[in-house]
Amino acid sequence: MFRTALRNVLAHRGRLLMTTLAVLLGTGFMTGTMIFSDSIHQAANNSRSKDFTGISVQVADDTAGLPSSARQNSTKSSARLTEATVRRIAALPGVAGTRAEVSGTAAIADKNGNMIGDIMRSTGANFVPDAAGNDARYPMLQGRGPHTATEVALDRGTVEKAGYRLGDTVRIAANGPAISVTLTGVFSSDAPAVRSGNPLALLDTQGARRVLSLAPDQYSSIDVTAAPGTSETALLHAVTPLVPGGNQFRVETGAQLAAQQAERLAQSGRSLATMLTTAAGISLFIGIFLIANTFTMLVAQRTRQLALLRAIGAGRSQVTRSVLIEALLVGLSGSAAGLLLGIGIGAALAAGVKSLDADLPRAGVVITPTTVLITLLVGTLVTVLSAALPALRACRIPPVAALSSGEQPATHRSLFLRNVLGSLTTAGGLGLVVLGSTERGATARLPLMAGALLAVLGIVQLLPLLSRPVIALARPPLARLCGTPGSLAALNAIRNPRRTASTAAALTIGLTLVTAMTVIGASVSDAIDRAVTQEMTADYVVTTLTGTLDPSIATSVAHAPGVVASSPVTDVEWSIAGERTEAKGLDADSADQLVRPNMSQGAATALKRGQILVDSSFASRHGLAVGSTVTVAAPHGTGIRLTVGGVFAPSRMLAPVLLPGGVVAAHQPYAPAQQILVKGANGATPAFKQALKDATGRSPVVEVENKQNLRDGFDRTITFALNLLYALLVMSLLVAALGVVNTLAMAVFERRRELGLLRAIGLDRGGVKRMVRLESVLISVFGAAIGMAFGVFLAWAAGTTMTVTLPELRTVLPYPKLLLMLLAAVLVGLAAAQWPARRAARLDVLDSITAD
Amino acid sequence: MVMDAMTTTTYAAAARARGLHKVYGEGETRVLALDDVSVEFPRGEFAAIMGPSGSGKSTLMHCMAGLDSVTSGSATIGDVELVGMKDKQLTRLRRDRIGFIFQAFNLMPTLTAMENITLPGDIAGRKPDRDWLARVVDAVGLADRLKHRPGQLSGGQQQRVACARALAGKPEIIFADEPTGNLDSHAGAEVLALLGSCVRDFGQSVVMVTHDPVAAAHADRVVFLADGRIVDELRTPTADSVLDRMRRLDRVG
Ligand SMILES: Nc1ncnc2c1ncn2[C@@H]1O[C@H](COP(=O)(O)OP(=O)(O)O)[C@@H](O)[C@H]1O
Ligand SMILES: [Mg+2]
Repeated sequence: MFRTALRNVLAHRGRLLMTTLAVLLGTGFMTGTMIFSDSIHQAANNSRSKDFTGISVQVADDTAGLPSSARQNSTKSSARLTEATVRRIAALPGVAGTRAEVSGTAAIADKNGNMIGDIMRSTGANFVPDAAGNDARYPMLQGRGPHTATEVALDRGTVEKAGYRLGDTVRIAANGPAISVTLTGVFSSDAPAVRSGNPLALLDTQGARRVLSLAPDQYSSIDVTAAPGTSETALLHAVTPLVPGGNQFRVETGAQLAAQQAERLAQSGRSLATMLTTAAGISLFIGIFLIANTFTMLVAQRTRQLALLRAIGAGRSQVTRSVLIEALLVGLSGSAAGLLLGIGIGAALAAGVKSLDADLPRAGVVITPTTVLITLLVGTLVTVLSAALPALRACRIPPVAALSSGEQPATHRSLFLRNVLGSLTTAGGLGLVVLGSTERGATARLPLMAGALLAVLGIVQLLPLLSRPVIALARPPLARLCGTPGSLAALNAIRNPRRTASTAAALTIGLTLVTAMTVIGASVSDAIDRAVTQEMTADYVVTTLTGTLDPSIATSVAHAPGVVASSPVTDVEWSIAGERTEAKGLDADSADQLVRPNMSQGAATALKRGQILVDSSFASRHGLAVGSTVTVAAPHGTGIRLTVGGVFAPSRMLAPVLLPGGVVAAHQPYAPAQQILVKGANGATPAFKQALKDATGRSPVVEVENKQNLRDGFDRTITFALNLLYALLVMSLLVAALGVVNTLAMAVFERRRELGLLRAIGLDRGGVKRMVRLESVLISVFGAAIGMAFGVFLAWAAGTTMTVTLPELRTVLPYPKLLLMLLAAVLVGLAAAQWPARRAARLDVLDSITAD
Repeated sequence: MVMDAMTTTTYAAAARARGLHKVYGEGETRVLALDDVSVEFPRGEFAAIMGPSGSGKSTLMHCMAGLDSVTSGSATIGDVELVGMKDKQLTRLRRDRIGFIFQAFNLMPTLTAMENITLPGDIAGRKPDRDWLARVVDAVGLADRLKHRPGQLSGGQQQRVACARALAGKPEIIFADEPTGNLDSHAGAEVLALLGSCVRDFGQSVVMVTHDPVAAAHADRVVFLADGRIVDELRTPTADSVLDRMRRLDRVG
């Protein structure tokens, strides 16, 4: 029987090719997405991870180096980890070694004063040399480690990015002003963060303290290694009493640290993971779809063949077995090849995404056993199921009936059940989406996502029903534009709604997702754009990458040449009118030159009179209008009475309440500014920007950004997500194209007689080709259009839930991009029709007429 | 324009073949389907081509209608030579100057009867001649079925729609390959009567391939084919006289 199956596989090369290709592409697509997803995830985790091997117990001072104000806020005592602490711990029995660290976030400037890499993952630390002058953690590749407070060693990646050579001057900064140090060495590191491309600067211990603003005898952490035979917990108990400051410092075992890190990574990577899992899920769905679809297409041909086998005397169980073995062969070999293809796709995707955004962590190709297992299992199982089920059903038909059926008619099995189920699912899904859209913020997410998924499933079910009216709508214009071929193409496209639907479905699913994300992205960009361009009249915003600004920076900016107006912006959280709310303090005299809130009542100049401005939603919550008085409670003062001088439209750039700078200074004097708004005499010019950079000591952590930079900063995350999705779109287009080729090839084969008739009564080859191509385009555009329409709806629903965090948000349709997607669908249709159209045009007229 | 040609060049035949040869295959499988056939179908004539199965009737029709290439010889429609034409020209010629009725599968299943009737004109992008169309539809007697699709029509009705389609374009000549081959005798008679009225009432030229003597008896003239050669001809035939000739042919063959 195995031989019969094998012979059967080999005897029908065309079918074999089609099905294997379907399995190959289906699984490849799926595997590629999974591998890509795992790789990105791994890379993201690596870049955020620390290596805790060799650390049995760690004592850490998380506040070391923070500005005094923040320190006061978070701690009562001012104990420090010092050399004395280290010595006491080292003297404990069971301690094999200690390593006292000075480390923290620090920015390293390139030759132009711009920061290298991402501030959140850029680190400065102390070099801890042994007697020979080496630090085992950081083997030197070139030069030597830092010996004095003015020397530095950098990791190889950073040196390469910046193009530094030994002996060059490097500027490094954390919270304070930048300091200049000399590059004495280049090292390599096994630390995952460094390996994934994050900068690390090693200074001598004093130098590190200077950059990170630590006291001259202070450490930020002490790593303790246990001697053999001493457990981490035992050591923890021994170390804890020696640590000063009560429970001011963290004292944890290596195991605890690793566990916490895993937890933290899982938390921080959650949204990325959700996105990638969704992508993988969708690819799985589309992959299964393609395979099942291809087999459904071929079942007609198949049925007759099996009947023939039965007619010439093969037993039912024999036929069944041969079918199963055949499917197994195709499924296994197809998914094995798909696995290889998927590895290629995954690697290409990772490389592609990386090339779009150089600051992304470097990604290796991660192939997990789960991926391999799922690929082989899904590929084989889906193949066997979708090949075997219809074939087995066919076996139950008496052979003679199957053989004599002649022309295979379009199955007119009732769509009733499918339509009812589809309608219910769609209605339920849409209901959930609408319900979700009435919620605000995070609570909306679950109903929205579940609803979207449900509705997509429902819509796919309803595609056959939708195909008739939608495509019928296209017939008159198509007939006018393309004549008879156009008209016939439209009729052909709805001849077998089931088939048209399953062909279009891959596009529908792909485009729903991509359209939704594109529209959301465009809407968010638009909202930010409007906020930035309309509500901000400042030319530059000065910020530090660490978040808070030293008051000295505000003063130097104010005195920089060319500054017309400048104001520090201080974020505070006060209780205003009984509600604990975010408020921004602005310099009362210059605020009206730097921000332009969209005022509905009063004027922004009210700040000059010591009055406050509130946004309309805050005003309506508390029944406030111009002239109302509110009671304010601040850290230094309660029962402060302030007058409302104006009401403005809620804005992402501003806070619900704007306060005169003087009021903030009076009631929370230590509050640091987060940014400084600056207006120049000649607007935003490179020279003015340089003047501001110079005034702030050309520190790599001080950023001087214009409006465009601000917009780009917001856009970056959106763009990244969209790029991921576009990669997905490209693949779903590929898969869809294969489906279309399938459908059309079948159609041309089945309709060869009428093609012959058309040729006989005067339709030329070009006309036949046009007809097939147009049908193909119709099917793909139909699928795409339904997906896009639903995607826009989803984007609207998601958009309304986001107005909490982005009040300016309104749904914006990026027509050029949407048009481009539609165009892509047209191209897929055209490309997929290429071969079937050629075949149709080449059909011999007489053969076709006389065929039976 | 076609009508003009009809009236001005009265003597030009609607279709003509001269020394037509058609060879299928090569070497051992070589078949000489047409062997030096010369025949002329004048305007306004209802001609039938008869002969035993495999005698080359369909081949002759296909070659003269520009559906198949000839090995040697000449074939003309009106005063246009078909031999040597490119596929595109042949297609246009079939569309504009020839009407076709095949034995089966004459109609596009997706189009209504009316759409099928106007299909060649639609392909050409011509505006339909309403009055003419009304006359044609009236003649085939399907005025109440025009919105139906082929699947909803009987075999005879389908063939009548095919006749209407052939007539609608006012072609130089209508070729019908066994148009009654799949019909019962009653429906067949209707179709034959219709073909006859094409010639008598509409001044068309019709060439019909058949192997049914009763069908052939409707024609003005019957041309007999055997082994790819024209072997006989009969004017104003009756079913009996045709049958008689056929028997003689068989005996000779
Ligand atoms: N496409 C073809 N290839 C080879 N031989 C053919 C082909 N078409 C017809 N023939 C042969 O040509 C001869 C005439 O066929 P045909 O014109 O169909 O006869 P008729 O229509 O009179 O039955 C037959 O011997 C037939 O076998
Ligand atoms: Mg024949």
